[in-house]
Amino acid sequence: MSALLEIRDVSKTFGGVQAVTRLSLDVEPGAILSVIGPNGAGKTTLLNMISGFYHPDGGRIALEGEDITRVSPSHVARRGVARTFQNIALFKGMTVLDNLMLGRHVRMRSGVLASFVYWRLAQKEEVAHRKRVEDIIDFLRITHLRRVPTGALPYGLQKRVELGRALSLDPKILLLDEPMGGCNHEEKEDMARFILDVNEEWGATVILIEHDMGVVMDISDRVVVLDMGQKIAEGTPDEVRGDSDVIKAYLGESKAPGNGGVRG
Amino acid sequence: MGDWQFFALLLSNGILIGLMYSLIALGFVLVYKATDAINFAQGEFVMIAGFVVVGFLISYGAPLWLSLVAALLAMIAFGFGLERAMLRKLIGRPIIAVVMATIGLAAVLRGLGPLLWGADTKPLVLPIGDEPILLEPLFIPPIQLVGATVSLLFLGLFGWFFLKSRKGIAMRAVADSQQVAMAMGINVERYFALAWAMTGVVSALGGVIWGNMLGVDVHLSLVGLKVFPVVILGGLDSIPGAIVGGLIVGVVENVAAGYIDPFVGGGTKDFAPYVVMIIALMVRPYGIFGKQIIERV
Repeated sequence: MSALLEIRDVSKTFGGVQAVTRLSLDVEPGAILSVIGPNGAGKTTLLNMISGFYHPDGGRIALEGEDITRVSPSHVARRGVARTFQNIALFKGMTVLDNLMLGRHVRMRSGVLASFVYWRLAQKEEVAHRKRVEDIIDFLRITHLRRVPTGALPYGLQKRVELGRALSLDPKILLLDEPMGGCNHEEKEDMARFILDVNEEWGATVILIEHDMGVVMDISDRVVVLDMGQKIAEGTPDEVRGDSDVIKAYLGESKAPGNGGVRG
Repeated sequence: MGDWQFFALLLSNGILIGLMYSLIALGFVLVYKATDAINFAQGEFVMIAGFVVVGFLISYGAPLWLSLVAALLAMIAFGFGLERAMLRKLIGRPIIAVVMATIGLAAVLRGLGPLLWGADTKPLVLPIGDEPILLEPLFIPPIQLVGATVSLLFLGLFGWFFLKSRKGIAMRAVADSQQVAMAMGINVERYFALAWAMTGVVSALGGVIWGNMLGVDVHLSLVGLKVFPVVILGGLDSIPGAIVGGLIVGVVENVAAGYIDPFVGGGTKDFAPYVVMIIALMVRPYGIFGKQIIERV
């Protein structure tokens, strides 16, 4: 059977800098796949190409067998690819609820005039979507923060709300760009558990960029290692951990991966 | 007439005129809020709307209601078309590119109006009489009352739209970050078009009201100049700010004109709001209600 997401030979250059070079990758449905690599390895560029913000110079990206290589970001999102951003990108003046309701926006049908006049139909639709959003809010245990403007929340909670907003799109694929960056130990553990639950209970396939090796090795089904825009290794966490190229290119010469960073 | 009566008269007039400035400023704010574009052609939008109304009234002999509908539709189409033809191409460019483009557009429109409809001043007559309503010590021209009411109505409507309606919230999301809005599946370009179309609606209303008061010719576009002190005072992206800014500008220019004009022979109306604006800029550069991060133009 074919993969949920198929990436074939994609390349991207930025004014002479080869950010990603002939990268191929298959993402199986239901997987948690982590993309790791040193800074500038091309991880975020890869994510941006999947979500349509960059279009690759060459190669092909297909979602469920359909080509999305040159599709615009909003249409990629509509097809079920949601994402979070490396720097928190919540709408800060809006409440948690409004941020999440925005994710339902694309699934609501009633038009401008209807939302001006507030037809009963629009209201009914709103209620159904609201229910879904409440489920997500419950799941992320942020019920008490519903009406709080997101800008007023502490950092870790903002990260959590951003995950919730991505979830509100009902994504098939969830792209998470450093969801634990800048979080403390406890926040990381919470986030790791949410990611596992999202994957298991909600069936979302997860593609994760993360620097915390402990988390990556703990929760990933597969790990892909990028260096200088190229894939240098792919496999289960154990396989990658033992790969000599990875040790050399990514984790330094002598230090073995798995000792320093990994938590039990 | 006593001193306080004179003052009350200036004040009431200033408030009503101010609300009508708010309406025009609303057009500016809508576009800035949604698209971050600064529209230097707002006054020209109003002028074109006025031209369309009198064009239909006088040249084609159409009834008033038809002329109003025509102006509304024309301005919506104009907003849509402008977004597609000009502004969409400027997305992601430096803000100065948009500013220069709208300044250029303003000049083109000022030329186009008289070219298409003639340079003479045309009356835009509304069936509301011009006998002022006397409420001792005030007397209020009916058009000002109508204008202020329409302004308040639409300010309220758009305020509600942004605060409560789903489309309005999505539009705020677009304004906040186009990139993130796209990642949420929101069609950003469609919201840009919608913002420009809403500005078209506001401009059409402004064109009718101001066209009635000033007559329709190229000078009608000068009401656009009042937009800048209004939005600078209130904040470029704030609808309540447009109301407050409009009230301040209206009251300041009326009171200043009432007390200073007799000594200097007129003209105070035109510069007093700018004096206040400059002072305000030194104290609160982002306006009374604006967000604090604001591009200086």
